[in-house]
Amino acid sequence: MSAVDQTEVAQRLPSGIERGAIDCDIHPALSSTKELRPFLDEHWQEMLAVRNIDGLDLTSFPPKADLFSRPDWRPKQGKPGSEIGAVKADVLDHFDLKFAIANCLYGAQAAYNEYIGEVLCRAINDWLSKEWLDKDKRLRASIVVSLANPEAAAEEIERVAADRRFVQVLVLAMGEALLGRKQFWPIYRVAERLNLPIGIHAGSTYRHAHSQAGFHSHLVEDYVVQSQGFTAQVLSLIAEGVFAKFPGLRVVLIESGVTWMPALMWRATKNWRGARIEIPWVRQAPAAIMREHFRLTLQPFDAPPDPADFERLMEHFGTDEMFLFSTDYPHWHFDGDDVLPAGMPASLVRKILVDNPLKTYPRLVEAS
Amino acid sequence: MSVAEIEKTDPKSSRLDLIDCDIHPAVMASPAALYPYMSTRWRNEFESIGPRVAQPFLRQVPYPRLTPGNGMRGDAWPAGGGAPGSDLGLLQQQLLDTFDISHGILVPLTPSTLNQGLCAAICSAVNEWQIDRWTSHEPRLKASLCVTPDDPEAAVEEIRKHAGNRKFVQILVTPRTIEPIGRKRYRPLFEAAVEYGLPVALHSDIGGKHANSGAGWFSYYWEDHVAYTFSMQTMITSLIMEGVIDRLPDLKIVAIEGGFAWVPSLGWRLDKHWQRMRSEVPHVTLPPTEYMRQNFWYTTQPIEEPETPKHLQDTIRWIGADRLLFSSDYPHWDFDDPRYAFKTKLSRADEAAIFAGNARRLYRLDQ
Repeated sequence: MSAVDQTEVAQRLPSGIERGAIDCDIHPALSSTKELRPFLDEHWQEMLAVRNIDGLDLTSFPPKADLFSRPDWRPKQGKPGSEIGAVKADVLDHFDLKFAIANCLYGAQAAYNEYIGEVLCRAINDWLSKEWLDKDKRLRASIVVSLANPEAAAEEIERVAADRRFVQVLVLAMGEALLGRKQFWPIYRVAERLNLPIGIHAGSTYRHAHSQAGFHSHLVEDYVVQSQGFTAQVLSLIAEGVFAKFPGLRVVLIESGVTWMPALMWRATKNWRGARIEIPWVRQAPAAIMREHFRLTLQPFDAPPDPADFERLMEHFGTDEMFLFSTDYPHWHFDGDDVLPAGMPASLVRKILVDNPLKTYPRLVEAS
Repeated sequence: MSVAEIEKTDPKSSRLDLIDCDIHPAVMASPAALYPYMSTRWRNEFESIGPRVAQPFLRQVPYPRLTPGNGMRGDAWPAGGGAPGSDLGLLQQQLLDTFDISHGILVPLTPSTLNQGLCAAICSAVNEWQIDRWTSHEPRLKASLCVTPDDPEAAVEEIRKHAGNRKFVQILVTPRTIEPIGRKRYRPLFEAAVEYGLPVALHSDIGGKHANSGAGWFSYYWEDHVAYTFSMQTMITSLIMEGVIDRLPDLKIVAIEGGFAWVPSLGWRLDKHWQRMRSEVPHVTLPPTEYMRQNFWYTTQPIEEPETPKHLQDTIRWIGADRLLFSSDYPHWDFDDPRYAFKTKLSRADEAAIFAGNARRLYRLDQ
């Protein structure tokens, strides 16, 4: 261990993570669409009231399910993550973070009516700015957009991105059409230009059955098979040529788990060798494209049970640049301070906590 | 490459035993061969309306393949005409003899026909045809008992009809069912499988009743082919989380043509989230990986190829070498040659298990 590493260890908090880490996935909760009233015009205030447009919590994330509310992070009242004081105490202060990226999971992105989707996303972005970002300088946020009308989404990104505290664009893993499709390219054009990665977060708009054999019965199954949605998006973004067209674009897979990716790299690359005539614009091996363009947040870390296997798994990735620290607050994936998986070498810890997030989110560097 | 150019293995240096768990006899390329085994009604329907499946094209796979014959090996076309996999002589010569295969498991691919009556009729015909045209002429070949899972009643009837015939070594269904296959409606099928001691094999399917991902339809064959793992993962998840394995601890499930490198991650994910969500699935009494270690097997093809070949050793250790069954997928384009499929050196014990021992025990080939 180098002298620098020794210093870092000395500065570590009880959690084992050093001060100044960057948490790439926390969830501020919107209690009700009523909270968005100040950010809506009169027409939409009335529409929300008379049409009972509320309760758009995503079916993918029932707020009281064990998976999504860690017991000691549950407030006495309201949804976990709905109160900024608790978010400060539980995460920002507790882990002594430099930044935390707020990803708002609310059904605005899943609305069938594109205007409702746009209006609510716009209001959420303004609400994030005023009720969260203005209240703690360590907070950063993702721009939420509805994909129903990609041109409108691109405009919303352009509008919100003027505020440099917004550091990425947020979409759900399972939407209406796969994200590589050209209909979404206006979003990538603006995102690349404005240095905003595309964050694909677990969750579904329920446009399609979650599996090739329909909808699973249980939430736990649904959560496990999210990896299929992520896999499909990785394949689609590569196959459709998004990275050939937008070479500067980065994609962050959020709350995806990570261990499924090496097998995908192997399988996708082998098949590409046999089938690349079909997608000639994919000039690099898909594994190389994944390493260059994709990043994954840490939690929920779907690790092998034996910490000794951690190193093996990292070797399978072929890089340690892909992982970004996240607590996934207030979701319950670890207890106490055990946010870092056992067996993680110190050199990797530093990269995950700080270096990789800074490289992934250029807008964080501006403020560092 | 012609047949003559294939390097013949030296019997003395070859493995003692080789069993191929995924061989595709041509079914839909020459369906007229099935007509003698179908009633007039279903034969007429087959000829007039055809086996409609849930995709737009009547006579074309949804994602066009890259080689003639819908993705066949270029050298597998019989000289006398017909589709690859239609000629027993060529199959014997090119596969069974060349690689000195002790047993080959026939896996006929039948369409996921929307008309369940026609679907059942096709399955019945294929079952009789396998015995008549294949296994009766070649003792090394074993048959798969094809059934239509979305009509469990018909499936059970078909199982009862043939289960006594030891030529059938497994029940074969598609994993792209209408509902996840662990749900209650499919239970009779699995109960019958346990009753007759037959493993249930699920072979990747190119068509289904739902989008090929929860995020919509793919555009390219490359995507679809990589995603053959999805229906396998869903099948395992569903059978475990619906409590089917808990109720039927002797059930044996084989995932065919999905590769296997995805298995460890699925197990870790299932264990982690099951631990947190046990109150939702109290009927699942053990960590999911325990069932995966006892009740599930995976055929190897199309074998994943890590950039550093020895990484596959970790994967095999995580899954358990006793879970893997060698398969070639003959005569498809992505055929795995038993001599070259594994780019990393296996231990003698693992090699013996994967190339034959596991299949011999699972399919009770010595009885």
